[in-house]
Amino acid sequence: MAEVALERVGAREDTVAARITRFVSTTPVHFFLVLVGLLWLVPTLGLLLTSLLAPSDLLTKGWWQIFSTPSRATFDNYQAIFDNETITSSLWTTAQIAVGGTVLPIIIGAFAGYAFAWLEFPGRDWLFILVIALLVVPLQMALIPMFSLYDKAGIFDTVIGLILFHTAFGLPFAVFLLRNFFIGIPKDLMEAARIDGASELRIFLRLILPLGLPAIASLGIFQFLWTWNDLLVALTLARDTQPITVAIFSQLRAFSANIELIAPATFVSLVIPLAVFFAFQRYFVEGLLAGSVK
Amino acid sequence: MSQSTTAEPPAHPAPQAGEAGRWRKHALAAGFLAPAAFFLGIWIVYPTVRTIIRSFFSKNGDEFVWFDNYKELFTEDVLVTAIKNNAIWVAVVPALVTALGLIFAVLTERVRWSVAFKTAVFMPMAVSAFAAGVTWRIMYVKDPDQGAINAGIQAAKETVSQPGVLSEAAPSSPSIVQTSGGGMELQRPLQPGQVATLGLTRISTDEVPSDAEQAVRPEPLQGGIAGVVWRDFKPGGGTAGQVEQEELGLPGVTVELTKDGNKVASAKTEANGTFEFPDLDPGSYQVGIGAATFAKPFAGVSWLGEKLIMPAVIIAYLWIWAGFAMVVIAAGLAAIPRDVLEAARTDGGSEWQVFRRVTVPLLAPVLTVVFITMLINVLKVFDIVIAVAPPSVQDDANVLALAMWRTSFGGESDFGVGSAIAVFIFVLVIPILALNIRRFRREV
Repeated sequence: MAEVALERVGAREDTVAARITRFVSTTPVHFFLVLVGLLWLVPTLGLLLTSLLAPSDLLTKGWWQIFSTPSRATFDNYQAIFDNETITSSLWTTAQIAVGGTVLPIIIGAFAGYAFAWLEFPGRDWLFILVIALLVVPLQMALIPMFSLYDKAGIFDTVIGLILFHTAFGLPFAVFLLRNFFIGIPKDLMEAARIDGASELRIFLRLILPLGLPAIASLGIFQFLWTWNDLLVALTLARDTQPITVAIFSQLRAFSANIELIAPATFVSLVIPLAVFFAFQRYFVEGLLAGSVK
Repeated sequence: MSQSTTAEPPAHPAPQAGEAGRWRKHALAAGFLAPAAFFLGIWIVYPTVRTIIRSFFSKNGDEFVWFDNYKELFTEDVLVTAIKNNAIWVAVVPALVTALGLIFAVLTERVRWSVAFKTAVFMPMAVSAFAAGVTWRIMYVKDPDQGAINAGIQAAKETVSQPGVLSEAAPSSPSIVQTSGGGMELQRPLQPGQVATLGLTRISTDEVPSDAEQAVRPEPLQGGIAGVVWRDFKPGGGTAGQVEQEELGLPGVTVELTKDGNKVASAKTEANGTFEFPDLDPGSYQVGIGAATFAKPFAGVSWLGEKLIMPAVIIAYLWIWAGFAMVVIAAGLAAIPRDVLEAARTDGGSEWQVFRRVTVPLLAPVLTVVFITMLINVLKVFDIVIAVAPPSVQDDANVLALAMWRTSFGGESDFGVGSAIAVFIFVLVIPILALNIRRFRREV
């Protein structure tokens, strides 16, 4: 630690006094961080407590009333949304889209990433540059043609249609991330396997995939959150196949009238991403860094 | 461009079996790439080309209109607002996010419980931008009884000044006039011995203090002024200016006595509305009620109104992305060699100097990455705007991606202009794309 080292340089300083000085000088920093940290939690807390207010209270009271009268809290709104066919089926739809839209691009991206990292073929660098180029193509560029094409292909308003769209738009990042990770796997390992006569497919399945697991985990979390949280794609390429975001969105027009449904449904939609986030925080951060810093 | 050794395919120790072997290898690579090529080709490359072409055709697509759609993009009011707003986003948000991330990363660097802070700030990243928008919409509710932000502002305001007890009240008869300062007073000055009757109306039942009693017109006070402040209204109406049965006194109102423009005394009314100013010098006095009594309560800032909707959406957006910037910058910070910073400190640099002259320059590449990432994101911002901004102000909060969606799928079904907006977003992203490619080529 820097300041410990500095104290040693100062030699024979009264460490208690130094510690106190340091504590006093950093107190404003602590205070500031506590304040900002709490401030950052307020909106989420507000959503949770709002979802716990009885519908009659929601028209007149703020969520902070629960602090002074905890008896106001009730699970009635949650009861209501879990009895609500639209909401429960939209949660199921979201889960399907998120799982399909995560697994598919990982598998396809891993094959392509391996090819870009370790297979020899003409125009490899140029093709990879194309992938990087596709990385920034805005979703908006695909919406209108896909809207028409989906209709013709009969996959408009289907879960599979949404999964395929997320797969495609997840791929550039998947290929980019996995190629960069695979290329870091020591060459000796690959060569040893090749000398032993292993086929490329075998090397890929038995060596690259297990070694690439951390990158695959990061990618998986990203892709899962991205598909779970999508609004735009489902809003455009589906009508009755509503994921939870679209189901909530359709209630938004009458915001204050529907708040008893909006608040708990929104909170439920947060629970899975937050659970994923807390369970796999490390991979999430690693993926983030690989995706941006590299 | 030089090929680095790591990117080089492994040199096979065994000699390949000529042409056939090479073809086998290429076929293998093609097999590995085919699924990805299929998806990228159909879902990204094809529609990109298609959208560019479509942007030169009319609304329903049967007429080639040259640049008319683009002309509309730059002249139609709603779309121009979207462009302007998106320009504000680009100018303000990436810089703010980067700055916030830098501040948080530097401050948490040497705090022991930094993980807790980082988790709290980073958490919104996991949440959908849409859900975050809904969350903030609850924060922004206008009524201070329901919207947390306005409740906070109200609480802060009330520590400075309480709202008046009779904020809606008005005179019941022309004998009472409003003063320029917002208070009310009797039009005619009074002499000691006279009685002041201050009748007020437009007071709702729940505004009347609960301890109010039947109003009483006091007896004249020898050498002083007595009076009554009451709710000059009863079911059925009653006569204005007369204290009648069933009319309630207004307790707790501060009545002020002025002489020649100077305040000489004040008194609070009793439960029956009466008050007294005893022992007055002869002369003529003004009897009135100060402005504080009629001060309007805080009605709430309309965050979701047309004026403030942009900052409201941007604040919600900062809430989501500050954590991203913080985490990336913190990682960059951790990678700075400790001895460089220490050398700067032992050389006598102050914390600020070290930060300014050593830390920030060393972090420059990371800061650039964060800034550019945010730039791309901001050009495509959609979910948060549609979630926070009610439909009535979406014209005022409009951004390119939202305009694109509303034009194409929000009822207008104008795929021509919609495509033009999409192409415009794409064109804005291309310089960033070029930057990405350059970075890659430097790497290879």
